[in-house]
Amino acid sequence: MEGIYFDNNATTRVDEAVVEAMLPYFTEQFGNPSSMHSFGNKVGLAIKKARMQVQELLGAEHDSEIIFTSCGTESDSTAILSALKAQPDRKEIITTTVEHPAVLTLCTWLEKDGYKVHYMPVDEKGRLNLDEYKKLLSDQTAVVSVMWANNETGTFFPVVEMAEMANAAGAMFHTDAVQAVGKVPLNLKDTKIDMLSVSGHKLHAPKGIGVLYLKRGVRFRPMLRGGHQERGRRAGTENTTSIVGLGKAAEMAMEAMHHENTEVKRLRDKLEAGILAKVPRSFVTGNPDDRLPNTCNIAFEFIEGEAILLLLNKFGIAASSGSACTSGSLEPSHVMRAMGIPYTAAHGTVRFSLSRYSTEAEVDRVIAVVPEIIAQLRKLSPYWEGDGPKEEAFAPTYA
Amino acid sequence: MWDYSEKVKEHFFQPRNAGVLEDANGVGDVGSISCGDALRLMLKVEPETDIILDAHFQTFGCGSAIASSSALTEMVKGKTLDDALKVSNQDIADYLDGLPPEKMHCSVMGREALQAAIANYRGEVWSDDHEEGALICKCFAIDAVMIEDTIRANELCSVEDVTNYTKAGGGCSSCHEGIEEILVKVMAERGESFKPGTPSKEEAAPVGMTNLQRIKKIEAVLESVRPQLKRDGGDIELLDVDGKTIYVSMTGACAGCQMEALTLQGIQQKLMEELKEFIKIVPTKAGALSRASCNP
Ligand SMILES: Cc1ncc(COP(=O)(O)O)c(C=O)c1O
Ligand code: FES
Repeated sequence: MEGIYFDNNATTRVDEAVVEAMLPYFTEQFGNPSSMHSFGNKVGLAIKKARMQVQELLGAEHDSEIIFTSCGTESDSTAILSALKAQPDRKEIITTTVEHPAVLTLCTWLEKDGYKVHYMPVDEKGRLNLDEYKKLLSDQTAVVSVMWANNETGTFFPVVEMAEMANAAGAMFHTDAVQAVGKVPLNLKDTKIDMLSVSGHKLHAPKGIGVLYLKRGVRFRPMLRGGHQERGRRAGTENTTSIVGLGKAAEMAMEAMHHENTEVKRLRDKLEAGILAKVPRSFVTGNPDDRLPNTCNIAFEFIEGEAILLLLNKFGIAASSGSACTSGSLEPSHVMRAMGIPYTAAHGTVRFSLSRYSTEAEVDRVIAVVPEIIAQLRKLSPYWEGDGPKEEAFAPTYA
Repeated sequence: MWDYSEKVKEHFFQPRNAGVLEDANGVGDVGSISCGDALRLMLKVEPETDIILDAHFQTFGCGSAIASSSALTEMVKGKTLDDALKVSNQDIADYLDGLPPEKMHCSVMGREALQAAIANYRGEVWSDDHEEGALICKCFAIDAVMIEDTIRANELCSVEDVTNYTKAGGGCSSCHEGIEEILVKVMAERGESFKPGTPSKEEAAPVGMTNLQRIKKIEAVLESVRPQLKRDGGDIELLDVDGKTIYVSMTGACAGCQMEALTLQGIQQKLMEELKEFIKIVPTKAGALSRASCNP
C-alpha cells in the first residue's frame, strides 16, 4: 500500500523480521507444544523464548508472570473478572471515564450484576485527581483498572503511584497498557502493579495476540478453563506463530525504545507545531507535557472529523478521528466529552499516531496538505465565515 | 471505513450548490446536538409561482451529511414548494444510491432543513418533532427511540413482538440483547418485569392449515412474483419457514440493492393476504441460516 500511515495507535504494520521469525511455525514447526514428541517440543521451546522476550520488555521478575491471550480485550476482561471472582466480598471497581471500551463496556455490564463502579472524571487536559482517587479506595474495592496511556490523546496516568495506593488499601491494580508497551520503558518488578494488558498488534506483531501480565502471588481465577496451557490460567492450544511473532516484536521494541522517545517524538512535535502554526482555531487535546511520544490529537474547530479523514484519505494520508460519525455511534468520543471539549471541536478531532517507520518527508507532506483540507471544509461550514467563526453565532434548531 | 456508494463520494468530493446564497428568501437552520451535524439550507423562491429557483447549503458534518445536503439542493431546484415538501428522506438516500444504516439520520436532517426553510419563507414557525436515539438494529436501521415508543404504545413484552411491530431484530439477531435491555426499562415503567421467553402477542401457530399447505401457499406467492424479479435480472428462493418468520434469499440484481427492501415489503404484504396471518419475511444469504436464533 502506498500512502502515509499515521494511524499507528489503531494498529501497526507487522515488521518484516517478525514475519520472518513466524513463518517456520506455520509449516515445518507446526507441532502442538503439549505433545510428547519432538514436533511439539521444539515449538514449546520457541514459546519459552518468546515468553522471556516479553518478560524482558515488561521488566517482569519471572517469565511465568507472562500469560499469552488472544488480544488486549481478552487480557482486560480476564484481569477484571478474575479480581472480582477472587475477592467475592469486595463489590466495587474503580476506573476512569476515558478507558478503552474493552474496559468501559465490561464495567457497565458488571453494574447490572450489582457491582458498584466508580468512573473517575478527568480535567480539561485529561488528568485525574489523586485526592479523589484516594477517597474512593476502600475495603470494598476489588480492583482498580486505569490505563497507562490513553489511546486517543496519548496522555499518561500515574499508574505506578496509583498502584501503590491501591495496594495500601488491599485492592488489586490492573492497567491497560496496550498503548504504552513498546513506547515507554517498563520495569514492572519494581512496581505494585498486579495485572497489565498488552496487545501485539500495537507493537508491530500480528493482530489477535495479547498478553496478561500477572504478578506472582496475585490471586487469579481463569476465564477460559480447560487444558493445562499457560499453567492452566488460559486454556486453549497456543497461537504458536503469533506468540513467536510477539516475542520477536518485543525484542525489537526494546531495541527501538530510544528511537521512539527521541526521533519519533521529534517528528511528532514537528508535525504538531507545523499544523498548529498554519491552521487557525486548532488546538492539542490531552496533556501535551505528559504523553506518548508518537501521538498527537488535534481539534479543528467548526468542522467534522469524518469529512477530514475522507479528504486526507484522498491524499493517501491515514489518521483517525474522535468524531461520532466514524464510530457508528451518534456521540463524539467519550474521551473528548470527558475533557469537556465543546461539541463543535470534539467532532473535529483528528489523531495522528506515528511509528518508527514514519519519515521526515511524510511529516512535511502532511503539514502541507492539512491546512488546505481544513480550509476547504470550513468553507462548507455554517459556523465559519471568511477566516474565522461567523460573527453572529450559528444556532440551529436542535433535535 | 464506511461503505459509501460512488454517488455519495462524488457529492462529497464535489458538492453542488455549496456556500452562501446571497438573495435567499427562505433559510432553514437545523442540527442534531447528539450527532453533532448541523445544516443551513438557503432557498431562493419565486413568489409568483412558488418555484424554487436556487438552493444552497452549508453543512457541518460527516461525508454523508455533506453529500445528503448537496443531493437535496439538486433535488429541490425547479420544484414548487409543495412538490419539494414531498421529498422524503428515503428519496434523498435513494438519490445517493443508498446510505449505510448508521447514516440514515443524515438524510433526515436534510428533510428537516427543507421543512424549516420553507416554513421560514412562508413566515411560519417550524418546530421539530423528530427525536433520535442510538442505533439498535443495524439490519433495519431502527433506533432506540423508535423501539421504546413502539413498546410503550403497544404494551409489548417480548423481542418477537418488537420484531413484529418494528422489524428490529428480524435479521441477524445480534441486536436482541439491546432490545431486551429496552424492554426491561420500558416494562419497568408500567410496573412489569421482562421475562425472557415470553411468547409473542400474536398467536404462535396458524389455525386451519397444515405446515405443508402453508409452505405450498408461500411457494405459490413467490412463484407469482418471480417473473417480475427475473425481468430485472433477479430471483427469490424460499429457504425456511419458522413459525411466523419466512426466510428467503434474494439473488441477482436485487440482492442488497435499495429496491430489495421495497420488493420484500410488497411480497410480505401479499403473503399476509394469502395466508391471512401476520408473518414477516427476512432476507438471508443461502447457507447462512442458523436455527439457534429462532424461537421454536
Ligand atoms: C487502550 C486500548 N485497550 C485495548 C485495546 C484492544 O486491544 P485488542 O484490539 O488487541 O483487543 C486497544 C486497541 O484498540 C486499546 O487502544
Ligand atoms: S441488527 Fe437487528 S436483526 Fe441484525
